[in-house]
Amino acid sequence: MSGAVSGAPGPVGAAARPAWEAAAAVVDPEIRVVTIEELGILRDVTVDPETRRVTVTITPTYSGCPALDVIRAEIARAVRGAGYDDVQVATSLAPAWSTDMISPSGRAKLAAAGIAPPGPVGVPGSGPVGLTLRVRCPRCGSPETEQVSRFGSTACKALWRCRSCTEPFEHLKAH
Amino acid sequence: MSSPVTSLDELLAIGDDALIAAQRLAQWCSRAPEMEEDVALANIALDQLGVARLVLSYAAEVEGAGGDEDTLAYLRDDRQFRNCLLVELPEPDFAFAIAKLLFLSAYQRLRYAALASSADERLAAIAAKAVKESAYHLDHATLWTLRLGDGTEESHRRMQHAVDELWPYTHELFEGNDLRPAWLSQVEPVLAEATLARPTDGWAPTGGRAGLHTEHLSYLLAEMQVVHRAHPGAKW
Repeated sequence: MSGAVSGAPGPVGAAARPAWEAAAAVVDPEIRVVTIEELGILRDVTVDPETRRVTVTITPTYSGCPALDVIRAEIARAVRGAGYDDVQVATSLAPAWSTDMISPSGRAKLAAAGIAPPGPVGVPGSGPVGLTLRVRCPRCGSPETEQVSRFGSTACKALWRCRSCTEPFEHLKAH
Repeated sequence: MSSPVTSLDELLAIGDDALIAAQRLAQWCSRAPEMEEDVALANIALDQLGVARLVLSYAAEVEGAGGDEDTLAYLRDDRQFRNCLLVELPEPDFAFAIAKLLFLSAYQRLRYAALASSADERLAAIAAKAVKESAYHLDHATLWTLRLGDGTEESHRRMQHAVDELWPYTHELFEGNDLRPAWLSQVEPVLAEATLARPTDGWAPTGGRAGLHTEHLSYLLAEMQVVHRAHPGAKW
């Protein structure tokens, strides 16, 4: 490693802390109730001690996530706003993002916004048709729900309906 | 030590499969049998496009000719594409779209799973991400195959017709790999459960990996590339 100070996920160096906090506060442009830190897509923030160049590393949720360009731009703006002139946003694919990386506070915020949070990710290759067991209605809490479509308004969500309160709702798919 | 680099031809084969599949799937947007299906096929197209961009960006670097993902997608002619014939074939009705998605996603899932442990670390990372998305595509195609095959007399007839017409083109997917037995063990039970007859193996059209395509690719590319070629360097 160079002398760069890492912001996450381990202990945060003092030099990288403001940059990390600025990047971490960026909200997801398609699900505006959670931050990119809570979604688990913020991977690393480093500050070069000599040039003060900040490198923010993020990972996409899905390969074709169209929100990624907006997220990059908003990270750059936020980190520049924290007093760093030179900001680079890098993308890293490995390890692949999983909904298991969403933080407990992120899950709580999703549920509060009417988006049923994902359950734990199943064992890959466990069968030809994956089943999501018991998605609870984020409005009334009933487990009597059914999937309307496994593809929703964004790549990461599916469309569900509650049979108890009859309301439709979105579910962030375990992935 | 840096990891070994996959050959340009192989990267183009993987990236072009995804790109051309994305274009065909996106053509269903606003034409699918129900609105949820518009959204579903557009989502799957987006996943394919995402993989295509990652792989073609990599391919452009390997090529080393100063190009990028856009140069490869928009400025190559049909003979320079390396996609399999299956993805470029037209989809005259919804059953064709579903049969193609079933065959393609079952293949892509196996292929990406194998590539995820490739010594080429960059390709392995792309594949490890893509394999999770392919599993969704396969689930979706499976559900529709069951619904159409084991549905009405008309939906069964159309689904069987699509399966029969497309089956010969599946052989090309397995040139240079040994994934066909695993693919068959995935696809055959779905066909059986959908009360569809598994076609007999025979004619096996090929040529896509060598740039020898059907005329359908040329029309597809004309539509996909026209804006980029008419307005070189345009930004929005």
